[in-house]
Amino acid sequence: MKEDNSFWQRLKRLTVSDVLNWIVIPILMIIVVILVYNQLLLTIEPGSMEANMLGSYEIGFKRVTDAVAEHTRLILVSTMLAIAVAVPAGILITRQGFRDFSGLILGVANIGQSVPSIAILAVFMGIFGIGFKTAIFALWLYALLPIVRNTATGIEEVDPNIIEAATGMGMTNRQILLQIELPLSFPVMFAGIRTAAVINVGTAALGAFIGAGGLGTFIITGIPLMRDRLILVGAILIAVMAILVDWILEKVQDRLIVPTATA
Amino acid sequence: MIKFENVTKIYPGMSSPAVDNLSFTVPSGEICILVGPSGCGKTTAMKMVNRLIDATEGAIFVLDEQGDMSNVLEMDPIQLRRSIGYIIQQIGLFPHRTILENIGTVPQLLDWDEARIRNRAKELVSMMNMPIDFLERYPHELSGGQRQRIGVARGMAADPLVMLMDEPFGAIDPINRNILQNEFLRLQQEIKKTILFVTHDIDEAIKMGDKICILNTGGLLEQFDSPANILAHPANKFVENFVGADRALKRLNLARVEEVMNSNPPLLQATQDVEQAVGFMVEQEIRFAYVVGADNMLKGYVRRRDLKGKTGWVDEFLEPAATTILLGTSLKDALSEMLVVDYANVCVVDGQNRVYGLIDTNMIHKAVIQSTAASEVEEE
Repeated sequence: MKEDNSFWQRLKRLTVSDVLNWIVIPILMIIVVILVYNQLLLTIEPGSMEANMLGSYEIGFKRVTDAVAEHTRLILVSTMLAIAVAVPAGILITRQGFRDFSGLILGVANIGQSVPSIAILAVFMGIFGIGFKTAIFALWLYALLPIVRNTATGIEEVDPNIIEAATGMGMTNRQILLQIELPLSFPVMFAGIRTAAVINVGTAALGAFIGAGGLGTFIITGIPLMRDRLILVGAILIAVMAILVDWILEKVQDRLIVPTATA
Repeated sequence: MIKFENVTKIYPGMSSPAVDNLSFTVPSGEICILVGPSGCGKTTAMKMVNRLIDATEGAIFVLDEQGDMSNVLEMDPIQLRRSIGYIIQQIGLFPHRTILENIGTVPQLLDWDEARIRNRAKELVSMMNMPIDFLERYPHELSGGQRQRIGVARGMAADPLVMLMDEPFGAIDPINRNILQNEFLRLQQEIKKTILFVTHDIDEAIKMGDKICILNTGGLLEQFDSPANILAHPANKFVENFVGADRALKRLNLARVEEVMNSNPPLLQATQDVEQAVGFMVEQEIRFAYVVGADNMLKGYVRRRDLKGKTGWVDEFLEPAATTILLGTSLKDALSEMLVVDYANVCVVDGQNRVYGLIDTNMIHKAVIQSTAASEVEEE
């Protein structure tokens, strides 16, 4: 009854929904990007206000690609830093001695999460000044909670009988953490990382308010000047990015899921 | 050998002990059952052996590889646990690891090399009557009974001298539980581990135990003895109630048919002539007799009145036997079988239907009376 995992066998087992799942979102996103390019960018008149902000066919669209790159950098750096801190923190609050405080820590973090992101940015701008670093710090802070919470939840949800068996067979706490708890909690933990990354795509748009660059720049410039084209380019590209990040991480997550018992 | 010496456990913040001044010894190679109502501290007592719980007072000694009795409280708990097999009701297989990796847990902790772990896992899987290719599967691909067998195999992986089993067959349906119990008893004949086995089921205790330790609420030891003695002579009212009003019947579980059967029964050969057969039955004062062919194979039975005045061979008058009892059947199951078919006596046969003896209800009755008398003598 061994599963045949050769390419053709796997291809045969694909269902319609698998195919849709893999193809529909990327194709839709490509169509949207092409539409943005054709309808919003190619029609820009040289020398106009929009050309100044976005570029034009003649001078290229370096401003747009730069903004995408900045945006990506904001998300990547802040999410990576958040993972580096939040995963150990999540593990720590499930350890004996800290367990009693986990409710408190998560409670405080929850309150932090309910403060609007724009307020956080404003507060830290007052402290750290404007620029990329402040935005990174605010995004990092914002991404912490979902990862900490999911890491802790994932570990706490590991069947206590599995832990008891592991302890009873003479595994050390460290071995239990590395060989049992982390692998088994990984899907939940990764779901937290995915949530954090997707939230960050949206929140990073606000980074433009404090001069951190990114796609948000087009929106906050477009609104006071009532330039729909600017607003649309920024807004649509942010949406596309959020959907793609979510989709990519979903695919990664599917790959990483360990075979778990249903019983 | 496992030895409890005045062991008491009081959980922090509790005024009364969970286990109260418990002393008993499990001889090497025997199964000792800890049994009692919930809250009697049986699981607590067991977990103090591998120090998942530490005793408040007293000492627990375990025979180690060097043949010394060492106090578990003076040992490193991690090393101690690796030297003791641990099997729990919920099994706790690691869902993200294959059966091979699950069985190899303790050997891997003890730094065995891969080939040795694989060989040991193969050996254990076949010992459990499971196909070798199960090793590459994951726990969720197995049925409950198969998972529990793997749990037992995992507990035995590093060949520990001592094993702790916490209601290992408790979560399995009655039919499979019975199969697993029998398999395990057969296995124990070979492996001869010293086992502390927790259950709340007195029937399981009687079936599986060489010794039974009956605990009462608050961790009080009510009786520690062999199943036969506990059934014949409950130490007090509590034990009497706990083993149940049918304890005389339960004792039938303790003996096997081969211990009480007539192993030299009056049998007829299929090739005997009828006249001779009638003479034999008259002489033996029996109304019917079982007939065997070559190699003592059971063919059926004949009635004396059917044969009277006839000529020919015995096998022309054969009637098929309605039931037989397999060697190794408990007296309880045998009696039940005999009550169903309403036969005065029944053939005891092996798997190939070869006759080994005859058993009747009188023999069973006598055996029960004798075992009562025997344990009375023992006590004096």
